[in-house]
Parts: sequence; C-alpha cells; structure tokens
Amino acid sequence: MAFEIDAKDLHYRELNKLIRRAVAQGEKELVIRNVNGHRYLAAGLSAEVKIDVYGTPGLDLGAFMRGPEIRVHGNTQDGAGNTMDEGKIIVEGMAGDVVGYAMRGGKIHVASDVGYRVGIHMKAYMEKVPVIIIGGKAGDFLGEYMAGGVIILLGINSRYPERPIAGIYLGTGMHGGVIYIREGVPETQLGKALQIEPTDDEDRRKLERYLEEYCRDFGYDLQEIMAADFVKVRPTTHRPYGKLYAY
Amino acid sequence: MEIFIPNKEVSGCGLSGIINRKGELISGQLIIESICCQMERGNGLGAGYAAYGIYPEFAEYYCLHVMADSKHALKDVEEILAHKCYLVHQERIPTRPTPGITSPPRFRRYFVKPRYEGELREICEGTVDEDDYMVELVMRINKNISGAYVISSGRNMGAFKGVGFPDQIANFFRIEEYSAYIWTAHNRFPTNTPGWWGGAHPFTILDWSIVHNGEISSYGTNRRYLEMFGYHCTLLTDTEVVAYLLDLLIRRHGLPIELACMALAPPFWQEIDRMEEPDRSVCTAIRAVYGAAMLNGPFAILFAYNGGLVGLNDRVKLRPLVAARKGDFAYMASEEAAIRAICPDPEEVWCPKAGEPVIIELEPDTIPNQRSYLRGEPFKISAPVCRFPIAEEEEEEE
Repeated sequence: MAFEIDAKDLHYRELNKLIRRAVAQGEKELVIRNVNGHRYLAAGLSAEVKIDVYGTPGLDLGAFMRGPEIRVHGNTQDGAGNTMDEGKIIVEGMAGDVVGYAMRGGKIHVASDVGYRVGIHMKAYMEKVPVIIIGGKAGDFLGEYMAGGVIILLGINSRYPERPIAGIYLGTGMHGGVIYIREGVPETQLGKALQIEPTDDEDRRKLERYLEEYCRDFGYDLQEIMAADFVKVRPTTHRPYGKLYAY
Repeated sequence: MEIFIPNKEVSGCGLSGIINRKGELISGQLIIESICCQMERGNGLGAGYAAYGIYPEFAEYYCLHVMADSKHALKDVEEILAHKCYLVHQERIPTRPTPGITSPPRFRRYFVKPRYEGELREICEGTVDEDDYMVELVMRINKNISGAYVISSGRNMGAFKGVGFPDQIANFFRIEEYSAYIWTAHNRFPTNTPGWWGGAHPFTILDWSIVHNGEISSYGTNRRYLEMFGYHCTLLTDTEVVAYLLDLLIRRHGLPIELACMALAPPFWQEIDRMEEPDRSVCTAIRAVYGAAMLNGPFAILFAYNGGLVGLNDRVKLRPLVAARKGDFAYMASEEAAIRAICPDPEEVWCPKAGEPVIIELEPDTIPNQRSYLRGEPFKISAPVCRFPIAEEEEEEE
C-alpha cells in the first residue's frame, strides 16, 4: 500500500519534510497528489523509493538525488534532474528547460518535448553514464558543454509540428558523450566542432537496450522506434576550445 | 520614497498574465492567486498589477495614476494638469493598511483629456494626436516634478505597484475589488537596479504596460535611442525602456507586433542567411533600422494594451515563459504551475520559442477604443498566434 501525501495546501518545504520523513520510516512507495509548483521535490534524497507525482512539480525536481524513481503524471518545470546522481525521472508529459543540468548518473525519460539547454554539462565517469531520452523535440542548445553521457532524441511525440527536431546550437562546446537522433538532424542546427555519423551495430545494440526500458515506461512500440535510422552527434575532439586561449 | 539597494543574488522575477478574448471581466482574485503561486521568484522588493477595463464609466478619458512622495509634489502635478488637461474626475486610489508595507507614497488618479490651445484644438482634438500629447505630458511630469511619477496613463486601464510581495501589494491596492479583461502581474527580485516604489513593475506609457523577468544590458543604448524621440527614462530600472520602445515602434512607427518583437529580439544573422525571401529582406531591414531598439540580455516579458496580451522571450530563451489556453481565456506565466493554479485543466499548454511572440488579441469590436496591431501581410512565425481578421473600416480609422 503506497503512502499518500496531499500537497494541496503545503509549502514545498513542508512537503519535502513529509517525503523525507516517510522515506526515513521505510516507505518504499509514495504517491503525492495535487502537486503544483512545489520546488525541489525529492532533492538530495538518497534512497530506493518509488514516487508517483500527480500534477506539475516545480523547479529542480529530483535535484542532486541518488536513487529514487520518480514518475510525473503530467509536465515538469525547469531544472528537473539538476545534477542528479542516480535514480530515474519519468515524465509522462513535457519537460521544461535545463533538464538534467550537470547530471552525472541515472536516467531521465520524457514522453514528449523538452525545452532549451537540456543535458547541459552532463558528464560521465567509469560505470556512471547518465541517460536522457526525449520522445518529442528539443529546443536550442541541447547537450551544450556536454562532457559525457547519452542523449537520445526521438522526435516522434511532439506538439510542435512546425519546429525542427532539435533547435540551433546543438552540442555547442560539447567535448564528450554522444547524442543520438532518430531520422537525423540538419547540419545547420549543430554547434561548432561536431560531426554527424551513421550508427553502427554497437550503437544499435546500445540504443535498443536504452529504448527497451523507455518503451516499457510509456507503452511505446520498440520495433517501430527502431525501424528508423539513427545518427549520432559527437565532438571531433575532446578539447574543442583547447587552443582558444593559447597564444 | 525610500530606495532599497539589494545585495546581488541570483534568482528570477515571476510573471503572470490572463486575457479573455471576448472581453469578459476577470476578478483580480484570480491574478493574485496566479502570481502568488510563484512567491519564491520574488524577494519582497517589488510587485505590481496592470488591469484593463477597470474604468468603464470614464472609458473615453486617459486615467493618470500618480504616485507622489508628498502633498507638495502632488500639488505640482495638479498644477500642470490644470493647465494642460480637462479634468473630469479625480480621487485617491483606494488603499488599505497592510502589514509589511511601510511608508507608502500617496496615490491619486485623474481622468483627463488633452486641452489644446487656440487653433490646435480644431486640428487635434479627438484625433490620434491626443496620444502623443499625453506621452509628452507624462514625460514632463516624470522629468520635472521631483517626488511624483505618473505610473500609468492609458484609457480604461491602470497600473498598481510598489515595494512588497505580490500578496501585500494586492492587499494594499485592494486588487481583488477590480475586474478586468486583461491582467498582468509581477513579482520582483531586483538584481542590478534598486527596489523602490517607482521601480516596481509594470512599467507603462499610455495603455502599454509591461512586466519583465531578466536584465536588459542594452539599457544605455536603448535609452539614448528613445531620447531622440522624446522619451525620458526616469524610473531607474532597465524595463522602463521596453514600454517606450513598444509605443515608438508599434503605435508611432506602425510596425505590426510581430515585426516590433523581431526588432526587440531579432534572429541571428546566421538564421537570417538561411531564410527565404521576402523574410530575409524584412529581417535584414528590421535589424538595420532598429539596431538601437534591440534588447540585449536575458528576458521574458508580458506586455498588454487595450486589445491584447503578448508574451516574448529573448532570442536564446534565457528566462522561462509558458502559455496556455482554455476556451476564450489565454494565460502566460513564468511557471506552468502559476497557470494551473487558476486553470487546472487547460486545453493546451506550450512553451513559446525564443524570440517568437505569443500574441492574443481580443475579438474585434469588443471594447471601447480597442486597438489591434496585427496589420499588414502576416509575417510567418511558428508560435501559436491568435489572429483575427480586421475589418477594412477599422484600418482606415487608424
């Protein structure tokens, strides 16, 4: 039986206190209803716990968290998964700007579109490889300054038919990690010192592994998603600006 | 008026706006709930509201909201008004004592019409020249009278603003007692400029009002540009230039809103190079002619006029803006939660693209003195825009 919290008249500080108390008492499943703009939900939380959020959580959902699995039945605002370390955020709707800012582990699965600067400054080390999968389209500066990790952009479930799959300045300053894009991306959208390559068998295996879990989360058809070609965007060098200040 | 200089901290202001396209009146309670949902975006050094349709009994008169330090300053204002205007009505703006609001200035409102001298009366009275007359009058008061400022000067609208949190300022000005067909609200977190009563948002001129989240680092350039056209910045806050730029570009130069917004937040040259004609020529011309009107720095703004509500982001979207729609209502705010606080089940929610305005105008012939600025060939933008065809007669009227 899940532990329920009604957030309706709670300030975000009170709500976070209740969440922490429930987790400390050993609750493994939380359901939070009537969330609207409550900031920092589960921020810094270090625990194995499932949290179902109904409503629109506020800024920095799951910031710095290590372990929880949060499912948002709705949209999220800016900064979801900011510097998150482990765990997973599943967003059934759209996500705002700077999703997964400086993320260093765990997964963020978004069913639809995301805003600007998603995955900015993501990083990876050894077995810690953060993953962001976006079902819709992305705004400008996707993967800006990316240092590691994986971003997968599908463009299949978007409310913006008039927009390109990714905005301009994609991967600007990127020097590590990889961005996979389903059905490709026009070169005009890319930042400097990046290359678009076709995916090989190893990439496809990797993609299938990540996307299988993603499809399970949202009930999408894996075969259908994998039926298209993917490209990968990578930096041409790991120090694209190494010579900028060398004189 | 006391001026608070804040310690520089990183945060953002909060914005919220509502419009009913059929001109139905919306209680002030709604906009209060929406802006207060974003309480954390401010720090108590400023909040304000703009309301449209609140003075139907004087809809033909310009309403001057005047904020003054002293009786003496108010007297000076009244002396100018006595010479320059026909005054049909004046009163104190109702306020109530509010915990946390200390030593507020005095607030009065004056319902006026320009008083032309001699033969100008026949030429100018009742024409669009009256708008220019009022702009000049507002500039003169704000520049020349120490301790008094006109904080709004449009017909059938008004701005209410001061130092405090949005709930305090709402309580102080009894905002819940007003009903309007357009509301905008602001929760301020001053960064580079002082927190004081005149520096709270909205900033206005005529019926233009604007609330802003961000910093306008081109303030100096914009301000000098505006001075050439007779606009003087007196309120010590960067946002002030936007109100005057809107008046200059849209009302005086007759740019449709889409192009005026393009001047404020133009596409990058590399984007312009990739455009098809005639868009490329239009963009190039706008950037060339209005270089000094470009707003540099991060911003999300909401601006309104007697007829519409517009949201706009800087061209790399460094501040948040969300829009939503349900029936005849449209909403825009810094956070989606601020919209859902007053409209839990919108039909549509979207995040506007950087530099692309969301324009929601009233249906034609909804209110007295209605303005529409969606003229000319529509310039193609991908953001959802509410467009309503304008009858030919109306265009000629302009």
